[in-house]
Amino acid sequence: MNKLIMGRYLPGDSLIYQLDPRGKFLLTFYFVGIVFLANNVASYVFLMAFVLFAVYLSKINFGFFIKGLRPIFWLILFTVLLQLFFTPSTHPIWHWGFLTLSKEGMVIASYIFVRFVLIIFISTLLTLTTTPIEISDSIESILKPLKKVNFPVTQVALMLSIALRFVPLLVDETTKIMDAQRARGVDFGEGGLIKRIKSFVPILIPLFVSSFSIAYDLAIAMESRGYKDGEGRSKYRVLKWSRRDNITVLVMLAVTIILLFIRSY
Amino acid sequence: MEITFEHVTHSYDANSPIANLGLDDVSLKIDDKKFTAIVGQTGSGKSTLVRHINALLKPTSGKLTVGDRIITSETNNKNLKPLRKKVGMVFQFPESQLFEETVEKDIMFGPMNFGFSESEAKDAAHEMIELVGLSKDYLQKSPFDLSGGQMRRVAIAGVLASNPETIILDEPTAGLDPVGRHEIMDLFKNLQSKGRTIILITHNMDDVANYADEMAVMSQGKLVASGLPSDVFNNQELLENDLLTLPQSAQFAQSLAQKYFQFDKLPITIDELSAEIKQQVNGD
Repeated sequence: MNKLIMGRYLPGDSLIYQLDPRGKFLLTFYFVGIVFLANNVASYVFLMAFVLFAVYLSKINFGFFIKGLRPIFWLILFTVLLQLFFTPSTHPIWHWGFLTLSKEGMVIASYIFVRFVLIIFISTLLTLTTTPIEISDSIESILKPLKKVNFPVTQVALMLSIALRFVPLLVDETTKIMDAQRARGVDFGEGGLIKRIKSFVPILIPLFVSSFSIAYDLAIAMESRGYKDGEGRSKYRVLKWSRRDNITVLVMLAVTIILLFIRSY
Repeated sequence: MEITFEHVTHSYDANSPIANLGLDDVSLKIDDKKFTAIVGQTGSGKSTLVRHINALLKPTSGKLTVGDRIITSETNNKNLKPLRKKVGMVFQFPESQLFEETVEKDIMFGPMNFGFSESEAKDAAHEMIELVGLSKDYLQKSPFDLSGGQMRRVAIAGVLASNPETIILDEPTAGLDPVGRHEIMDLFKNLQSKGRTIILITHNMDDVANYADEMAVMSQGKLVASGLPSDVFNNQELLENDLLTLPQSAQFAQSLAQKYFQFDKLPITIDELSAEIKQQVNGD
């Protein structure tokens, strides 16, 4: 459970931490978008340099970003191999049955690889430096205009923050139940596939039961403290847009312009 | 089984900036066939300590010996079943581990995992359900139809059914009514007299005074004291630093000591207290 780096906040303090979460959130998506504008070696090198610079500014150990790649390692490998061997070419270097290795294939495969790395690094940067609650606050703030069309923004935000609150709770609960069943002699990850799947029944059922009871308790606790959603709720955490956020947006625009320039070069 | 901790340190999330010490250089010997209580504030490392005994956690450094097994940071995750069969563990709020359709099947779950035959496991279930104070009628019910206290008993039966030599109890009576608490504690004391080693984590100092032969006090991942309860409860330093509170009898004796009475050593159980009062009153 703890090996999952993507989506996990790491306490710290640096420029990236201090940025307004709304800005970070939107700019991360924006950056993922412009990654697809890159079309030659120079543009990928440029974007990589930019991401590495941002990583450097975050003052987070680079190892955490490498670990972020781990969960989707197989996906990356599969995609890269697919591109490597199945790109049609008129000048193949090597040919065997339906497999073709060519210069074009290698170039496209390495582009795909770099694209994955860029996207993972930048999103890992967002989640490592932004608490889940900040992300849910920014989503609420970004969705606010939708109130005009009767979209239940506050409910959605509440659902999001409760869901996020439940993640560590359920992780704890799962660890606890797994420990309890291990102590009763269950060996997870032993035996054949069927046996392995079966060994999860003693976790899933107690987990369902306890998450329902936690949810029920939470609802009661909220009602007894007079929770009522809707108009006029004040905010405990106030998001503040400052000059450095403006600068970040400008930097991002500059990156886009340079990228467009390199692209057509 | 004798259990020995030698300089055991356990670090959660080792090698990350949020690493924190769960256990800090703990050396402790838990005697065979004794009833040992472990006390300490929430987060002091009691649960972390006992989770090492059946290798749910492994030391980051140091080693521990459980019977003839040695557990270090290099201990393999395979082949731990024999150890876990010998070391039964009742977790905090163990009712959350119930999952089977019937109480009987749930109690049989542990024994079946540890290689009991179906009929042996069934026999164990029938024996254990009565041992924990429920009638055999409960065996065919769904565990989710029971009350909280009954679920607790079923969960405890499920751990005892594998016939462990050492039984670890992590606050087994939290949230039970006083009568239920005494019944459950007497059950464990009874199991000790049948040759089991009992390790009890608790916040209830009266349980420590009434049931334990030995006790250990934890604070911030460190072992700060261990020994006979009558000695540990007389350790002024621990009491002054709020690392320990006194059982009711000792508190009562403390109040008495302010008027007329004098105690060389605080009595910790009601029997000791009443004997002491009797002696001092008659001696006057």
